[in-house]
Amino acid sequence: MPELSRDEVRHLADLARIDLSDAELDHLAPQLNVILEAVASIQGVAGDDVAATSHPIPMTNVFREDVIRPSLTPAQALAMAPATEDDKFSVPRILGEE
Amino acid sequence: MATETIVPFDKALAAYDPAMGLEVHVELNTNSKMFCGCPTVFGGEPNTQVCPTCLGLPGAMPVVNAKAVESAIRIGLALNCEIAEWCRFARKNYFYPDMPKNFQTSQYDEPIAFEGYMDVEVEGETFRVDIERAHMEEDTGKSTHVGGATGRIQGADYSLVDYNRAGIPLIEIVTKPILGAGEKAPLVAKAYVAQLRDLIVALGVSDARMDQGSIRADVNLSLAPKGSDVLGTRSETKNVNSLRSVERAVRFEIGRHAGILNEGGKVVQETRHFHEDTGETTSGREKSDAEDYRYFPEPDLVPVAPSREWVEELRGTLPENPTAKKTRLQAEYGFTDLEMRDVWAAGALPLIEATVVAGTTPQAARKWWVADLLRRANDAGVELAEVGVTPAQVAAVQALVDAKTINDKLARQVFDGLIAGEGTPEEIIEKRGLALVSDDGPLIAAIDDALAAQPDIADKIRGGNMGAIGAIMGAVMKATRGQADAGRARELILEKLGL
Amino acid sequence: MSLIHLSAAEQAAALAAGEVTSVELTQAHLDQIAATNRPENGVGLNSFLHVDAEGALAQAAASDARRAAGAPLHELDGVPIAIKDVLATEGLPTTAGSKILEGWIPPYDGTVTAKIKAAGLPILGKTNMDEFAMGSANENSAYGPVKNPWDHTRIPGGSGGGSAAAVSSFQAALAIGSDTGGSIRQPGAMTGTVGVKPTYGSVSRYGVIALANSLDQLGPVTRTVLDSALLHELIGGHDPMDSTSVATAVTGLADAARQGAAGDLAGVRVGIVKELQGDAWSAPVVERFEESIEILKGLGAEVVEVSLPSFVHAMAAYYLILPAECSSNLAKFDAMRYGLRVTPDGDPSAEDVMRASRDAGFGNEVKRRILIGTYALSSGYYDAYYGQAQKIRTLIIEDFTKAFEQVDVLVSPTAPTTAWALGEKADDPLANYLQDLATIPANLAGVPGISIPSGVSSVDGLPTGIQFLAPVLEDARLYRVGAALEAALTKQWGAPIAAPAYAGNGNGEA
Repeated sequence: MPELSRDEVRHLADLARIDLSDAELDHLAPQLNVILEAVASIQGVAGDDVAATSHPIPMTNVFREDVIRPSLTPAQALAMAPATEDDKFSVPRILGEE
Repeated sequence: MATETIVPFDKALAAYDPAMGLEVHVELNTNSKMFCGCPTVFGGEPNTQVCPTCLGLPGAMPVVNAKAVESAIRIGLALNCEIAEWCRFARKNYFYPDMPKNFQTSQYDEPIAFEGYMDVEVEGETFRVDIERAHMEEDTGKSTHVGGATGRIQGADYSLVDYNRAGIPLIEIVTKPILGAGEKAPLVAKAYVAQLRDLIVALGVSDARMDQGSIRADVNLSLAPKGSDVLGTRSETKNVNSLRSVERAVRFEIGRHAGILNEGGKVVQETRHFHEDTGETTSGREKSDAEDYRYFPEPDLVPVAPSREWVEELRGTLPENPTAKKTRLQAEYGFTDLEMRDVWAAGALPLIEATVVAGTTPQAARKWWVADLLRRANDAGVELAEVGVTPAQVAAVQALVDAKTINDKLARQVFDGLIAGEGTPEEIIEKRGLALVSDDGPLIAAIDDALAAQPDIADKIRGGNMGAIGAIMGAVMKATRGQADAGRARELILEKLGL
Repeated sequence: MSLIHLSAAEQAAALAAGEVTSVELTQAHLDQIAATNRPENGVGLNSFLHVDAEGALAQAAASDARRAAGAPLHELDGVPIAIKDVLATEGLPTTAGSKILEGWIPPYDGTVTAKIKAAGLPILGKTNMDEFAMGSANENSAYGPVKNPWDHTRIPGGSGGGSAAAVSSFQAALAIGSDTGGSIRQPGAMTGTVGVKPTYGSVSRYGVIALANSLDQLGPVTRTVLDSALLHELIGGHDPMDSTSVATAVTGLADAARQGAAGDLAGVRVGIVKELQGDAWSAPVVERFEESIEILKGLGAEVVEVSLPSFVHAMAAYYLILPAECSSNLAKFDAMRYGLRVTPDGDPSAEDVMRASRDAGFGNEVKRRILIGTYALSSGYYDAYYGQAQKIRTLIIEDFTKAFEQVDVLVSPTAPTTAWALGEKADDPLANYLQDLATIPANLAGVPGISIPSGVSSVDGLPTGIQFLAPVLEDARLYRVGAALEAALTKQWGAPIAAPAYAGNGNGEA
C-alpha cells in the first residue's frame, strides 16, 4: 500500500474542491494514511471469479412513464440561493468553459 | 501564445493523414426529463422547469424515463448497434456551476448501444463510419455571462444560471476514429452529421434542431505523417452548431495541426471552441491528468436490462435506413449514379419520392426538382424543400403536361404562379392564359399562313429536306404565341404538303 | 405515570379511548424538550437542532379534530414524533448536522415525511446527528455533541445520537433514524433504546440526504419493540420516487411483535456469529449478551454458533464503499444554489468560492471521508479499492445466505462497549470506525437488523445492546424474537430499563 504524500492529499483535495490549509493538511494526511492502511487489507481477498455487488437487493428496469409532473415555482427553486438575479442563480465568474 | 501558422488545406493533406472522431449529442424530445417529471420544452422562463431532482437538492433521487430508454435503443438499432443485455448508469464526477449535482449521470463502460456503423455518402463515394457507442446521459443547465466586453465567459464579472435544461435526456453517439478520408475528411464529417440528423428526424426522437442545440457535435481531430499508423495528439472542438461549421472546423483544425507539426511543435490535447464568425477555433481548457472523472455505477439507479423481446419490438418500429432506402430508390427509379449524386446533393430524394407517389414518373420528377426548382431555391437562398412548390403540385403540373394542356415551357410559368401564390395550377393556367392551342382550326390557319409566306421553304420540304421544317414550325409557334402543340403542328404541316 | 413515559402504542390507545388529546401529548413532549434539550447552557442534551412547537401543536389540534369527527388517519394519528435532521421536511430546517446546510429549508417533503404527515403524527422537530451521518459518537455534529441521557458526560452513539437521546429522555416516544453502518442500532445500544434498520429498499430513501446510497436506510427509533413495529409499518412500503425501493409490502410487523411478546420461541433457530466475538468485545457487554442467550434458550429457541468468515473484511469494504459514494453525493454542496457561501478576498472565481465554502462548511470527518472516497474512485485505484470492496460485498451476502440456511436469525452484541466519555475518541477516526464491527455487515448485505437493550453494564451502569439480523424482507422475524427477549428481560428487571435521571419525573438534572 503506497503511503499518501502531502502533495497527493493536496491533489485529492483539489479534485474534491476543498481548500485545505497547510495546518489542515498536516492534521489530515497522517489520519488518511492510518485509514488507508486499515482498509488495504481487502486487496486481493476476492478474485476475478467474484462478481461485484453494487446493490444489496438485485433489481433491474425500474422506469417511470414519460409524464410531466409539476415543477417547483421559481420562487421555491431560488428561495435558498445565496444570490439571484432575474430568476436565475447568480454565481461568481466561471473559470474555463463548459 | 505564439501566433499560429495555418497551413493551406491542400499542403496539409500532402503531408499528413487526418483522423477524426465525432461525438454527437442528441437531445431527445421526450415530454419529461431523463430522471424527473419536469417538462422539456425549449425556451421557458428561467428556472420554471426544475424540481428537487434536476436541481440537485439534498435528498432528491432520480428515476429513469422509460421513453428515453426506448429512444436510445431505437437510435442504437438504427445505427446497426448491438443493444446491451444489461447496462448501468454511472456518475461522471466533476465540478461545474451549471451541473446541479456536480456529477453528470451518464453511462461509462456499459453503454446501452455499441459496435454499430453508418454508411456515409460523399461525392458518390461511400465511407463506413464505425460507431463505438451510443449512451444515455443528462444535459446541464445554461449559464449566461454578465459583464465584460463580449458576454463571453472570459472577462465576465459573474454568471447567471438557468437549470431548465438540466436533466433533459441526451444520447451521446461516439464514432470510432475515422481514418482514410484524406481530403474528403471535412465533407465526411459534415455528411455524417447530416445523415445522422436525417436518421434522428426519421426516428422522430428529437427536434434535431442544430440551431437550438438539440443536436450538438464535438469534433476530435488529429494528424499523423502520411503513411504513419500512429495516431497524433487530438484536439476536441466543442459544440459545433451547424453542418457547415462541422466542415469548417475540421478544415481549420487540419491546417492548424499541420502548422504546429511542420514547425516541430507538439499539439496540445485540449478542448477548443469554434467561432462561426471567423471560422477559427480557439483554445479552451487543457485536458490534464487532473481530469479524473472518478466514474462509478450510479447507486441511486438499478441496471437497465432490455429484454430481447422489447428490442425486437422496437426494431419493428424503425423507419427504413436512409442509406438502404437510397439504394433501393435508385434501382427502382433507374437513375444513373451521376443523376443520383445530383439528386442526393440537392436533398431532392424525399421530394422526388413524394412526387412519384403522387403519380409522376421518376425521370419527370427528377427533372423538375433537380433542374428547374433547385435553381430557383439556390437563387432564393433556401433549401429545396422550402422553394414554395410541393411534390403534389409538381405531380399536378406534370399531369397537365402529359395531357398536353401545357408544355414544359408553360409549366415553368405555372411554377412561377405557384411560387407567387396565384392558386392551383389550373387556376394559374386559366388566369395567365397558358393553355396549349389544341384545336386544329387556328393551327391550320397559322400553317397555311406560314407556308404561303415561305413557298421556297415549302418546296425544300417537299423535296425531302426535313430540316427545313423548323422554319415553318418557328413561324407557327410565333403566330400561336407558343401555345401550339409542336407534335400536332408537325403532323399538320406534313399533311398540308402531301407528305 | 406522566404522558411522556407512555409508549407510542399506549399513547395511541389513550387517544383512541379519549383519555388524552394529541395537543396534551404534544405539549407534554414539547415541555420535556424545553426542559432538557437546552443546548445554549451546555448542560442540556442538545438532541434537537430545531423544535417546531407551533407546527406540532397545530398538527395536534388537527388530529384532535379528526378524532372528534371519528376519522383518524392512522392508529398513530396524534402521537408526536421526532425526525432525524437527515430527512427533508418542507418548511422545517434540514441541515444533516452540517454548517454547509445551516438554515436550509427544503421546498419538498421526503417520502417518509409525507407518510408521517399523511398519518397525522405531529412533528416535534429535527434531531441532532453527526454531520452527514458520519460518526459513531455524535461528536461530529456542527451544532455540538449530543449528551447521553444516562450520563451527560458520555456520548450517545452515532450518527443518530439525537433521535436515540430524544427517545431515551422521553422527549418523544417515536423518532426516525437513518442507518448506513449502524447509526440507528449503535445509538440504541448506547442509550438503552430500540432501533431497527429495515431491509434495504423497504423504506423509501427519497428525501434522505444521502451518505452512502447503497447502504442508507431509514428506520424507527423507539423505547419498545412494538412501537418500532408500528412505526416501521407506517414508514415502509414501495415508493416510485426511489428507484431502489422494493415492491414488497411492509406488513405483519406489529403482529409479529405481539406474537413474540407472548414468549414462545419454540422452533426458532438462533445463530451466534462466530466472527463477532473475542477480545474486541468488552466483558460487561459479553456478560449481558450471554445472559440474553440463556433467556432465548429458555423461551424455546435453538441456539447454535455459525461462521460468516467474510465478516472480517466488512469494515474495510464499508470504509471504501461509503467514502466513495459520499465523496460524490457531497459534491452538490458547492455554494452555488443553496447552503453556505464563503467568498474569499480579491476577485474570486466560482471555483475559488466552492473551495473556500467547502473548506469552511465541512467538518474534519467529512473531509477525511471525501478525500478517502476521492482516492478510492481515482483512475488507477478503482479496481483495487472500490471494485474490490464491491466484491467483498458479494462474499458477505453469500455468507448470510449460507448462514440463513442453518438459522432463522443471527445474533451478536450491537456494539463492543458501552458509551464512552465525550472527547475520548473525538479525533481518532479508526477507534470510532471499530464501533461499527457488528452493525456494518447488515448494511453491506441489505439485511434487516434490530438492537434492543440487553441490560446495563455491571461495571459502569450504562446500557448494553443485543442485535438480531434476519434475511432480506424477513424483518418480521426481528420483531418476534426481539419482542420475546424484551418481554422476558423486562419481567426479569421488573420494569423497562431507563436513563435514571429521566425515569419517573426526571428532567435530567436529578
